[in-house]
Amino acid sequence: MTVATIRYIDAINSALAGEMKRDDSVIVLGEDVTLGGPFGATKGLSEEFGDDRVINTPIAEGTVMGLAAGAAMLGARPILEVMFIDFITLAMDQLVNHAAKLHYMTGGQAVVPLTIRALCGAGGGFGAHHSQSLEAWFLHVPGLKVVAPSNPADAAGLLRSAVRDNNPVLFLEHRGLYWRKAEVTEDAIPVPLGMASVARQGGDLTIVAVSKMVEVALAAADDLSDSGIEAEVIDLRSIVPLDREAILASVRRTGRLVVVHEAVTFGGIGAEIAAMAQEHAFAHLVAPVQRVGAPFAPVPASVELEKIFVPGPDDVIAAARRTMTAEGVR
Amino acid sequence: MPPAMPPQLWPMRSDLTRERLLTLLERMWLIRAFEEKASELYARGVIGGLLHLGIGQEGVAAGSCVQLRRDDAVFGSHRAHAHAIAKGVDVDKLMAELAGRATGYCGGKGGSMHISAMETGFITATGVVGGNIPLALGGALAARRAGTDRVSVVFFGDGTAQSGSFHESLNIAALWGLPVVLICENNGYAEFTPLSAHTNVARLAQHADTYGIPNVTVDGSDVVAVYDAVAAAVARARAGDGPSFVEALTHRLRGHYEGDPAKYRELSELEDWKQKDPLARYVGYLEQSGVISEDGAESPAAERAARQRVNGAAERALAAPFPDPSAVATQVYAG
Repeated sequence: MTVATIRYIDAINSALAGEMKRDDSVIVLGEDVTLGGPFGATKGLSEEFGDDRVINTPIAEGTVMGLAAGAAMLGARPILEVMFIDFITLAMDQLVNHAAKLHYMTGGQAVVPLTIRALCGAGGGFGAHHSQSLEAWFLHVPGLKVVAPSNPADAAGLLRSAVRDNNPVLFLEHRGLYWRKAEVTEDAIPVPLGMASVARQGGDLTIVAVSKMVEVALAAADDLSDSGIEAEVIDLRSIVPLDREAILASVRRTGRLVVVHEAVTFGGIGAEIAAMAQEHAFAHLVAPVQRVGAPFAPVPASVELEKIFVPGPDDVIAAARRTMTAEGVR
Repeated sequence: MPPAMPPQLWPMRSDLTRERLLTLLERMWLIRAFEEKASELYARGVIGGLLHLGIGQEGVAAGSCVQLRRDDAVFGSHRAHAHAIAKGVDVDKLMAELAGRATGYCGGKGGSMHISAMETGFITATGVVGGNIPLALGGALAARRAGTDRVSVVFFGDGTAQSGSFHESLNIAALWGLPVVLICENNGYAEFTPLSAHTNVARLAQHADTYGIPNVTVDGSDVVAVYDAVAAAVARARAGDGPSFVEALTHRLRGHYEGDPAKYRELSELEDWKQKDPLARYVGYLEQSGVISEDGAESPAAERAARQRVNGAAERALAAPFPDPSAVATQVYAG
């Protein structure tokens, strides 16, 4: 098995090509996908698989989402690119009311094997309509699965699993990770949905992070280590299904929990994870759970404001220290 | 202005066999009987939910669906009992679904607005106005991808024609030449207000001109006119010649939903439409054209059979068990 050092975006590209090769029912749809999309994730697919499998769509997110769901119900296995997750607002009816619920509403008759690749996250001053992290909305929708890879290997592995899954899977790719490189095996092994990974081992506290915040958490953990605090960093990878056992096992061991995401803190996935920790590991907690996320504001365009908006290692370090200090200890 | 569609695109009065004509009659009676029974059970409080009945619109559903193949995909609107029955679903399982029973098509999880009977080609209905058109386009795309000549047929009301999904869908259906038949059941009312309060467009099929989709407006109370218009549209789709748009002018003789007194509608308007009752008109047509025998026995016989059928369906539905409590959170995800 060949191992190559590739970028996150190339991992996505090769996983798309791999799944299209493996299964003739896989089709790719989205705005400008035959040209590779805005960053090149679908580059070369049209040449390799033809325009009847790589389909450019008009800018009509709602209808295209429903169309992809309808095609999924009747034999195709579509992968839909939503150019920026901010535009998924236009497709909420089709995604939330139809794609997510059809299996249940039909008493199990309809199966909707649909993968939605949505570009998310801030960076570069793209402003409030091209930068959001909206995963918490979809966490609340029964019938959807939500994954958010933090590195090239998981991007390839989770995408392959998403495409093979018989449910609508929202695949959140952070455009700020596109150029990160790592070793990936040529024919990437699918990463099962619903399994977190331990990105760094440590016994003093647990930091749960998702998507691009995993590298922020790891940077914070390195810094904390210099002062003798060893953090365990858990990369969620899947948000739905959530790997509750991985999180709880770590928290039961460390007694301290910090949750980090780029989305607005209030009402974010950190709230759900904190609630879960107190419900199921209350006796093990020695300090209040800390949440790190964005302030309760739209994403600002100015790069200087954006830097403040997006959580950084210092925010994680401060939260970690709060769990370690006397004031945080019960 | 785009050029008007050449008339030969819509050959009217195709040669319906006697057998097919009588099937249409049976199907219309079955829809009428089912809807009246549903109304009765709802009034008695033995079935609940939100029921949108299609009494008065039978001609559109029956004329459209009776000619489809089992593997053609039908997508109903929120007023979809008629579409499903016309496509050939089992009324036992349909009534049980309305009654929220385990024996319903969806095990009681769908109800009136989310009927699905995939095995019959009735794919789904929708509770969201315009929500089903994109799904139908997807079904059409999948059928073409799979190399089949299956056709998608989608029903929606006049209220849909003002929505984004309607226009986005017409554009894509035309652009990609999808094998889909778009059927607008224009019953003159979008929920509680007349169409004139929703749009200045007088003929909704005119929207299809904008996108270059062959279209026709027919009298939806004339089941044969609907049949012929849809036959041409289905043939076009099956031949790979793309989408068509059929606007059928019709009327619901009940309120928007059961329990809606429909005070917004003048009684005289209702009376006018009752004169155009598609069933009575069709029986008249069959008598005139000699399809029905001199004693006129066929229609009462079809009515009796239909009422007997739905009475049995209602009895069985109400005797059936409710879903097991454990079902509440099963089938959220497919395996």
